Amino acid sequence: MSSELTNSPVSDATIPFREQAPGVQVETFYYDKKIVKQFAYATLFWGVIGMLAGLWAAMSIAWPVFNLNWGPTSFGRMRPVHTNAVIFAFVGNAIFCGVYYSLQRLTKARMWSDKFSKIHFWGWQAIILFGALTLWMGFTQGKEYAELSWPFDIAITLIWLVFGANMMGTILKRRVSHLYVAIWFYIGTWVAVAMLHIVNSIAMPYGAFESYSWYAGVQDALVQWWYGHNAVAFFLTTPFLGLMYYFVPKAANRPVYSYRWSIIHFWALIFLYIWAGPHHLLYTALPEWAQSLGTVFSIMLIAPSWGGMLNGLLTLRGAWDKVREDPILKFFVVALTCYGMSTFEGPMMSLKSVNAISHYTDWTIAHVHVGALGWNGFLAFGMLYWLLPRIFNTKLYSVKWANTHFWIGTLGIVFYVIPLYWAAFTQSMMWKQFTPEGILQYQFMETVTAIQPMYVLRVLGGTLYIAGLILMVVNIWKTVGQGKLIANEEAKAPALPKNIKSTGKEHWHSWVEKRPVQMTILALIAVGIGGIAEIIPTFLVKSNVPTITSVKPYTPLELHGRNIYVREGCYTCHSQMIRPFRDEVARYGDYSKAGEFIYDRPFQWGSKRTGPDLARIGGKYPDSWHYNHMLDPTSMTSGSLMPPYPWLFRDRIDKSKTYPMIKAMKRMGVPYPANFENEANDHLDKQAEKIQKSLAKDKIDVRKTDEIVALIAYLQRMGTDIKKEAASK
Amino acid sequence: MSVMIILLGASLVVALIFLGAFIWSVRSGQYEDDFSPAHKILFEDKPTKNTTKNKPLTSK
Repeated sequence: MSSELTNSPVSDATIPFREQAPGVQVETFYYDKKIVKQFAYATLFWGVIGMLAGLWAAMSIAWPVFNLNWGPTSFGRMRPVHTNAVIFAFVGNAIFCGVYYSLQRLTKARMWSDKFSKIHFWGWQAIILFGALTLWMGFTQGKEYAELSWPFDIAITLIWLVFGANMMGTILKRRVSHLYVAIWFYIGTWVAVAMLHIVNSIAMPYGAFESYSWYAGVQDALVQWWYGHNAVAFFLTTPFLGLMYYFVPKAANRPVYSYRWSIIHFWALIFLYIWAGPHHLLYTALPEWAQSLGTVFSIMLIAPSWGGMLNGLLTLRGAWDKVREDPILKFFVVALTCYGMSTFEGPMMSLKSVNAISHYTDWTIAHVHVGALGWNGFLAFGMLYWLLPRIFNTKLYSVKWANTHFWIGTLGIVFYVIPLYWAAFTQSMMWKQFTPEGILQYQFMETVTAIQPMYVLRVLGGTLYIAGLILMVVNIWKTVGQGKLIANEEAKAPALPKNIKSTGKEHWHSWVEKRPVQMTILALIAVGIGGIAEIIPTFLVKSNVPTITSVKPYTPLELHGRNIYVREGCYTCHSQMIRPFRDEVARYGDYSKAGEFIYDRPFQWGSKRTGPDLARIGGKYPDSWHYNHMLDPTSMTSGSLMPPYPWLFRDRIDKSKTYPMIKAMKRMGVPYPANFENEANDHLDKQAEKIQKSLAKDKIDVRKTDEIVALIAYLQRMGTDIKKEAASK
Repeated sequence: MSVMIILLGASLVVALIFLGAFIWSVRSGQYEDDFSPAHKILFEDKPTKNTTKNKPLTSK
C-alpha cells in the first residue's frame, strides 16, 4: 500500500514550494505521546463508569427495585450522572485523546505547552470526578446536560480556555502551512462550545453549589435547547468528524474520498448547526416562528451531514476487502452508518407531524443512542484500537477479540434501539387513542405497563454493549503489557517561513492575517463588545413574554419544594408542558401558556414522559395522596415504575437557606414584596402548618420542616395560578 | 422573548467569527490545493528511536 502511495504523483511535485524552500532549517522535535496515552486511558475508564451508570438507570426503569430506596442510586440522580459521564467524560476524553494525537502530526509540532496539557488533563478529570459526586449528592442546575453546579461551570470554562490556548498555540507554531480539515473541525468545536457553555450556564448562586438560572421559563427553555442541541452538534458531532477525517483515512491508508467535499462539509455544517435548536421545543409555548426556524435549519442539515457520512464511507472505496479483515474499519463503517442514520432521523423528528408522535417518548432515547453508541462509541473504539498499539510500538494483542467486541457491540446497539423504537411508537399511539365515545382509551399507567418488556430488552442491549467494552479494556491491557510507550517520539520537519505570502492583493486585513495572535485578540474583543451590547439591553428592557396577572411568584415553602423537585431529577421522567393536542388536553388539562412559567428558574419542561405530565398536577389529588405516593408510588398507582423517596420523610429543609434563595430571586427581578426575604420563614411556617393540618385529617403526622411538606406545597401549586384567572372571570 | 436577542447575538457572533475564519482561509490560499493534503496525512515518519538520520522532507 505504501509503495502505491509513494508512486502516486503526490509525493514531490505537489508539495508546496515554501515547505522545502532552501535555507530553511530542518528542526527536530518530539511528539508528546504520554498525554495521548493518558486521555486514552481516561476515555476507557470513564466509558466503563458512564455506561455502567446508564445500565443502572436502565435497570431501575425495568425493575424499580434497583433504585435501592436511596437518593444517589435513584433514577433521577443516576441519569444525569450517566449522561454527563458519557458525554463529557467518555466522549470528551476521546476527543482530547484524538486531538492531541492527530493535531501534533497534522501540524508537525509538539503541543504548545506540556504544562497546559497536564493542567488540561488533570483539571478535566477532577471536574468529572467531583462533578459526578455532587450530582449523586443532588446538587444540580436541573438543565439537561448542563446539570453540573456553578463552581464546575467556572472550572469547565477555565479548563476549556487552557485546551484552546494549547491547541491554538500548537497551530501557530505549526510546520505545515495548510490546516488539514480535521483541524478546522477542532477549532470550530472549541469556539462554539465555549460560547454555548458560557451563555447557558449564567446563573445566580445562593450557596456553595446552589444557584438559580439567570433565565426564566420559556426563555430558559430556549437558551437550554439552543445549548442542548448545539452540545450534540459541537461536542458529539464536529470534533468526532474531525477525528473521522483523520483516523478513517489513516486506518484505511487511503486519502479521504473528496478533500474538497470535506471542506464544504465543514463550512456548511458550522453555519447551519447553530440555528436548529428550537426543534427541541415544537408544540411548546415557544413562539411559532422560532419553532419553524429550527425546523427549516434542521432539514437543511441533512445535506452536509450526509455529505460527510458519504465522504467517510467512500474513503473505503476499493478497500472493502480490508473491512472484512480489519475490526477497526468495521467499527468505523458502523460509526459512519449510525451517523448517517441519526442525522437523517434528527431532521425527520424536527418535522412537526413526526415530532407530535416522537416527542416525550422513548423515540428520543433511541435516537440519541444510535448517535452515542454507534457514532461516538464505535468511532472512539476504532480510534483507540488503531492508536494505542501505535503509541506503544506494538500490535493489538488480539484482533479476534476486537472482532468479537465489534459484533457484540453491534448486537448491543440493535437490542438497545429497536425495543425503544417499538416502545415509543406503541406508547405514543396508546396515548392518543380515544374510544368511540370520545374519552381517552388508556390510563397513563396502562401505556407504561404495555412497554415494560421493551425496557427489559433494552437492559439486554446495554449489557451486551458494555460487555464488548470490557473485552476491549482487557485487550488494551494486554496490548499495553506487550508494548513499550515512547513518551516522546522524535520527528523532523522544516520550519515554516516567517512571512507567508498572501496570494491576494495587499489589503488592510492582510496585516491581521499574518498575525494570528492579534487576530484572536481582536476577535475576542469583538465578541466581548458584541456580547455586552446584546446582553445589557436585554436585562434593562422589560421581558416581552406575555404575562398572566394571576401567575404569582412561588412562596418560600414552594420554592424549597421546587428545589427538591430539581434535586431529585423529577424532570428526567416527568414533563411540565402540555402540548395543544386533544389527547394531552383531555389527559392533563388546558395546554400550557408561555406566561405560566415566568418564575420558573430553571424551567422544568422535561423531554421524556416515563411518568405523566405534571404541569397541572396542583389540586388534582389531596395532600395525603402525594404523601403516600412519594412514600410508596405503587400504593397509589398499581404497577408504577416510580421509586419511593423515603429520605424526603426523614430529611428536613434548611430554613437558613430561605433568605439567600429569596434574595437571589429578587436580584433577578422576581417581584417579592420589599423586605420579604426577612419575613419569608414566617410565611413558610404558616403554609407548612396548613399542610400539616390537612395531612393530620388523614391521620398522617409530619413535622413542618419535613422535605415532603415542601414538595407537596410545590406539587399542589403547579399549574393552578391560571385557574384562578379563569375563576375570577 | 428578550432572550432571543442574546441567542441571535451569540449565534451571529459565532457565525461572524467563522465567516472571518472562512475568508482568511480562502484568501491565504488554504484551499488552493485540494488534492495533496488528503494524501500527505498518510505519510508518517516511523518512530526513529532517537536516531538522527537525515530523511527527505516529503515522505518515505
